Amino acid sequence: MQLRINGEIRTFDAEPDTPLLWVLRDILDIKGPKFGCGVAACGACTVLVDGQPVRSCSYPVDGVEGEITTIEGISNGDTLHRVQEAWIEHQVPQCGYCQSGQILAAVALLGAVPEPTDEDIDLAMTNLCRCGTYPRIKAAIKTASGQGA
Amino acid sequence: MARKKKSLFGKIVRRTFLTAGAVAVGGVAFGAYLVNRDHDNPLVAGEGEGVFNPFVKIATDGTITVITPRAEMGQGIHTTLAAMVAEELDVPLSSITTEHGPTAAAYYNAGMMEEGAFPPAFHSGLGADAQRSLMASMGKVLGLQVTGGSSSVIDGFDKMREAGAEARAALVTAAANRWSVSPDVLQTENGSVIYAAGEQSATYGELVLEAAEVEVEEIPALKSRRDWAVLGKRQMRTDIAEKVTGAPIYGIDVQLPDMLYGTVKISPRFGAAAVSFDDTAARAVPGVLDIVEIETTTGKGFGIIATNTWAAFKGAEALQVEWGDAPYPADDAGITNRLVAAIEAEGTQSLMDRGDVDAAFADPQGTIIEAEYSVPYLAHATMEPMNATAQLTEEGLTIWAGTQAPGIVQSRCAALAGLDKDNVTVNTVFLGGGFGRRGEVDFPLYATALAMQTDGKPIKVTWTREEDTTHDTYRPAAMARMRAVVPEGARADAVEMKVAAPSIIPSVIARTYPNLSAAGPDKTLTDGAYNQPVNYDNFRVSGHAADLSIPVGFWRSVGHSYNCFFHEGFMDEQAEAAGMDPLAYRLAVMEGDDRLDPARGVLNKVAEMSGWRGSVPQGKGRGLAQSLCFGTWIAMVVQVDATDDIRIEKVWAAADPGTVMDPRLFRDQVIGGAIYGFSAALGEEINFEDGQVVQQNFWDYSFMNMEQCPEFEIELLQTSPHIGGAGEVGTPPAVPALANAIYAATGQRLRQMPLSRDVRFLGV
Repeated sequence: MQLRINGEIRTFDAEPDTPLLWVLRDILDIKGPKFGCGVAACGACTVLVDGQPVRSCSYPVDGVEGEITTIEGISNGDTLHRVQEAWIEHQVPQCGYCQSGQILAAVALLGAVPEPTDEDIDLAMTNLCRCGTYPRIKAAIKTASGQGA
Repeated sequence: MARKKKSLFGKIVRRTFLTAGAVAVGGVAFGAYLVNRDHDNPLVAGEGEGVFNPFVKIATDGTITVITPRAEMGQGIHTTLAAMVAEELDVPLSSITTEHGPTAAAYYNAGMMEEGAFPPAFHSGLGADAQRSLMASMGKVLGLQVTGGSSSVIDGFDKMREAGAEARAALVTAAANRWSVSPDVLQTENGSVIYAAGEQSATYGELVLEAAEVEVEEIPALKSRRDWAVLGKRQMRTDIAEKVTGAPIYGIDVQLPDMLYGTVKISPRFGAAAVSFDDTAARAVPGVLDIVEIETTTGKGFGIIATNTWAAFKGAEALQVEWGDAPYPADDAGITNRLVAAIEAEGTQSLMDRGDVDAAFADPQGTIIEAEYSVPYLAHATMEPMNATAQLTEEGLTIWAGTQAPGIVQSRCAALAGLDKDNVTVNTVFLGGGFGRRGEVDFPLYATALAMQTDGKPIKVTWTREEDTTHDTYRPAAMARMRAVVPEGARADAVEMKVAAPSIIPSVIARTYPNLSAAGPDKTLTDGAYNQPVNYDNFRVSGHAADLSIPVGFWRSVGHSYNCFFHEGFMDEQAEAAGMDPLAYRLAVMEGDDRLDPARGVLNKVAEMSGWRGSVPQGKGRGLAQSLCFGTWIAMVVQVDATDDIRIEKVWAAADPGTVMDPRLFRDQVIGGAIYGFSAALGEEINFEDGQVVQQNFWDYSFMNMEQCPEFEIELLQTSPHIGGAGEVGTPPAVPALANAIYAATGQRLRQMPLSRDVRFLGV
């Protein structure tokens, strides 16, 4: 099988029903997407497929069409994405486990809605965080979109 | 003499995990030799490196490495422990590299054991101090390297600053020797020793090899608080870069050459084993290499060994097993019956019995009110499911795990593999959430069990979310029956609280120190009920340990997680019976005891922040709760909008931990702790049917999301005489403040958790 991931063509063997998450993590050693629930409920495994957020734990690899971007693919060398910069400015993460997914969900949101309101953020940011970083995620999204937090 | 004391202590420690009660009652003295002896320094200097103590090493290239030997599970402890060293070493935090470091007794946590002493935090004096000091000694002698009980800052405060001061003193002495001047004329600044008069300076890297040879006789005086340049100020988290780039820092990210992948399927009935099984279909799953039986002190079942995690998961699903019966009541009704039986029987402990409660009820000077409260079992639900990696070769066993207790992992896994613990290396990595769950040993034990079947290849064993939810060490179900005699317009004359729950400490000890028995009362059973800032004339709190063998463990704030709901919910009922405002009533309950000034301080502060005395719009309500937990005083006001489905709108909290190391990290812990509590109120519960946990995954065990999350305003005070914890203090008051707010808005008194059983919340 072949997929375009973070700008590179990657070739691999996998059972066709293997979720994209496990192809990325176990076969291609791309560890940014995390395993949380396996049922698309928490979003820790979020990746972008052609810019759209997808919960890769519930996405069989043989059905994947499009270019995949993981957290490893949104920065440009040492230059971080503006969402990552905002995450640092607000010191968003605690345990950090859900944050790859949160950041990619935020990148996708800002792609669709450049200046999201609180309601837009509530609606789009459905990824779960057990540490309770939501207030800072919201503030960081505002900052990344150029709005005062 | 020393020898005799040592052997006496050795026997006791081998047989009994002492709780403070046993220490006090038994009058046991620890041998001074053991208490005063320092543990060996596990750090060995590499080429071009100087080691000053178990916490600080400096390389000739100027790299300063600080060992931060506590589990980083989000609380920012690596940042704060490193900041303590930075403060005394006179370097910016940004110049320090942190490492969790090896597993060693030198990294014992005396602070956590000290919190286990029975006297309330505001009690001082000979008896209370002696008990705390005995408990602290036990932490040191046992060499307990554990992260828990909100104790890392309390434990590390002197230790880490002294480690920095010791290194600095050695560096200064080395420079003084080099320049043949007195150390007194030298200063340190930004990683260099400076001799201003002689216009000389040398970096720490230049001095380190000479400095490492210097014997520091006496650790210099530590800086006073007003001179702090790093502590007390917001710092950038030392782990921030990894955590915004998806770096492979967690246990689940471990990757080793030739690594296999696995999962487990452990009996869903705790304590039971398989009666029969059929692994034909499981073995037929492509990628499945082997199915093996597992038998450990924490559970019995099967391990699936595969070429990737997904294949292991499918193998587990295909494995057909008939499990034995549960050795406890099979459903919620049976469990509740055990709690009722316990609460109706004589109490198993009473850590508070003041005045004459029976006389006060026999001749009541006021209205008698009574209430029954209850809470269910709860799961931790860390975002990263349980997992560990293990490799067993001729050289020994190596474990990689996000653990809160690496020393216990080392000894338990050694026992399973039949090795001496010196042949077991535990590498502690970052934790994708802990909350008490990762102080357990089941996940590294199962990885070890599988590694014993892989011919020397490493294996990463990851649990499914369903396995994680159904095999937790749960926050106990609990019940309280309370009554009070309340005069009109004044505080209660007498209060009685009976609390029934399965006891946590014996359950934990059976898994972590199976050769020991737990002796003495279990403080956690009534923690947050008996030791609160109240000054009733007649007050009794009894604990009633219930006979239930479902595994229970430390869940963020432990006993406080349910006792604060009981205590502060019933407090509002007392206020109502007295015809008093909940704030005024609480202040009246504290009256007459100067030691409770910090409690009054946080209450008045949160009242001011929230405009408590002002009016609340129609359909909305505000509730108040306070707590003294893990040495920190906290008061919280929650505002709800109950015009439609209940929405938690706004939360104000004031906390007083005495000294704040990092105000942002502390604030974030209070917020996160409160969200953890609200999440439980919004619908978390673990139910039992057929001896098994009903809930499976986030679809039936979920927690607060972005839409449900309120706004927060947090203020920190620093008046308390002792340093208090941060990690757990936001959780206890969240639930009662919310329940009291709902009562204020709707007139509906909520006495059972989750509150969602009785009211509808937004988005639930």
